[in-house]
Amino acid sequence: MRLDLVPRAGRSPLAAILAPALAFLAAVLLGGVAVALLGVSPTAAFAAYFIAPLSELWSLQEIALKAAPLALIATGLAFCYRANLWNIGAEGQFVVGGLAGGCVALATQGSAGFTLWILPAMLVAGTLAGVAYAMIPAVLKVRLGVSEILTSLMLVYVAQLLLDYMSRGPLRDPAGYNFPQSVAFDAAARLPYLMEGETLHAGVLVAFAAVVLATIVLGRTLFGFEVRVVGASPRAARFAGFSEARLTLAAFAVSGGAAGLAGIAEVAGKIGQLQPTISPGYGFTAIIVAFLGRLSPPGILAAALVIALTTIGGEGAQIDLRLPLDLTRAFQGLLLGLVLGADVLTRFKVRLVPGGAR
Amino acid sequence: MTLDMVQMILVTVLTAATPLIIAAIGELVVERAGVLNLGVEGMMICGAAVGFAAAIETGSTLLGALAGAGAGLGLAAVFGLLTVGLAANQVASGLALTILGLGLSGLVGTSYVGLKRDPAPHLDIPGLSDLPGVGRLLFGQDAFVYAGLTLVLGVSWFLWRTRGGLILRAIGDDHTATHALGLPVRKLRFLAVLFGGACAGLAGSYLSLAYTPFWAPAMTAGRGWIALALVVFASWRPARLVAGAILFGGATVLQLHAQAASIGLPGQVLSALPYLATIVALVLLSLGRRQGGSLAPAALGRDFTPHR
Repeated sequence: MRLDLVPRAGRSPLAAILAPALAFLAAVLLGGVAVALLGVSPTAAFAAYFIAPLSELWSLQEIALKAAPLALIATGLAFCYRANLWNIGAEGQFVVGGLAGGCVALATQGSAGFTLWILPAMLVAGTLAGVAYAMIPAVLKVRLGVSEILTSLMLVYVAQLLLDYMSRGPLRDPAGYNFPQSVAFDAAARLPYLMEGETLHAGVLVAFAAVVLATIVLGRTLFGFEVRVVGASPRAARFAGFSEARLTLAAFAVSGGAAGLAGIAEVAGKIGQLQPTISPGYGFTAIIVAFLGRLSPPGILAAALVIALTTIGGEGAQIDLRLPLDLTRAFQGLLLGLVLGADVLTRFKVRLVPGGAR
Repeated sequence: MTLDMVQMILVTVLTAATPLIIAAIGELVVERAGVLNLGVEGMMICGAAVGFAAAIETGSTLLGALAGAGAGLGLAAVFGLLTVGLAANQVASGLALTILGLGLSGLVGTSYVGLKRDPAPHLDIPGLSDLPGVGRLLFGQDAFVYAGLTLVLGVSWFLWRTRGGLILRAIGDDHTATHALGLPVRKLRFLAVLFGGACAGLAGSYLSLAYTPFWAPAMTAGRGWIALALVVFASWRPARLVAGAILFGGATVLQLHAQAASIGLPGQVLSALPYLATIVALVLLSLGRRQGGSLAPAALGRDFTPHR
């Protein structure tokens, strides 16, 4: 027996929506089997993962707060991945963005008078730092042909160690009893809350605006067109005279900037100070989100909400059902694999043919 | 510095290099066949968790190592099915494999956190192992070290001295032409992926059975990624791979010694050294081959579907 792939004439739009849905269903079923193997009722786990987080206001806010950075980073990554550029260092760009923006907040700490400029300056600094950090692998790729996959990933470790050093060393709160964290930011350096007495902050709006903007840029501008052409057919792009080098730099700048902005939004929103770790792996989870959303910004928004739901659900399941957090991660990896496999079904008809392998 | 101290340092460098050698030699075969499997880190950490769990349950280091290799092989089979069978994107599938592997290893490992067992036994040949200066280095290592070096020799021999190796390299350079010749492109690629997975799993089990004989979550600490970089750094050649791994092993050991000696640099700077060294190595390599063009297998990372 062998597996044969017969190309389809065109992509069916129905299959494009059905494929990720089917993959999600398959992942849920396989996850259920894993949960049963761990000795927990799959229906109870399903309720904990997918129903319970939707039933209360605080957990709904948590979902939005988790989904916002994921959607923002993944939207930026979509520009890279669409153009067949593999920036997998968004986690590092996120961390550097948070650190740079946080430095602005700490430098202006306690300044009196007109302070309305501080928050925008922080967001700009975080974005620019993310762009600059993403430029390292991009320039190395364009100038020297160094694989961007490896350099961007290595820089994640470097960024994490840099933040660790800064928040334990130079930026540590001197009056903080040796706790490895900076002073708490002034109110002027915090993203405003959207509702009185709740946790939802304006970072959610920033992410949503970025998704809308990216939809327009990717679908309606020459830059977006170039990104899509380079990804779909590099030869055609060369004939059209698109500069691959310029596009590489631009796509990395977009993804690095988005990740940096997400980083400072997290620091200025949820955390409110600098500490050794500011990300529970948003930059890596965003890769799943980008592919789950089929590299289109609206799809990414939906995927970010789903992944955020399972993450919050996973935290609840850990407390209520004693299911390990690693189960969520395994589930997300499995989901990404299934989505990629299901994607094949939209491009090819899969047939089992008798006969030897080829 | 006495001869024995030099030997001590060389021994620690070689032990630090061994997991990199084993994982990278597997990935080298995979990439020579034209497949880019970025899931080395995931397969490695699964090998570490499963290997340690199996060794605790059975009491046998050998069975642990085999189970670790098997875990890597199992994950690689999933990757092969996706990328070779279904022509899914290799980069994204590799990332999925890493995330899946990290999650699965955590699931397997939870009940083994904090347990310890004796490290894998070292070779001890009376007389030879006690030779001054070289005895410990040549005749006093554990089985993983010898297995790693044997793997490198075997892979070199296979790739450049056998018909199968020639076909594998040809497939990695041009899958369309080799397919037209009637060669089993997808079958050989799948087998190469499986071999790479088993090697990554074995490398992981080395970490939890010999290098630091316990299980800790995420204990691979990016070694799978460094192994990937090593393959590029070695220009897809086994001998250079060993040299590169020893260089990186040296950087790791240097960092540990510098940390212990507290030479005034913050620990984070030293911890960042292996990652920065990787970037610098890749840059230097590409500076060195500016005229020569890319040495990578020509079909690396491109998906293949046989059409009529």
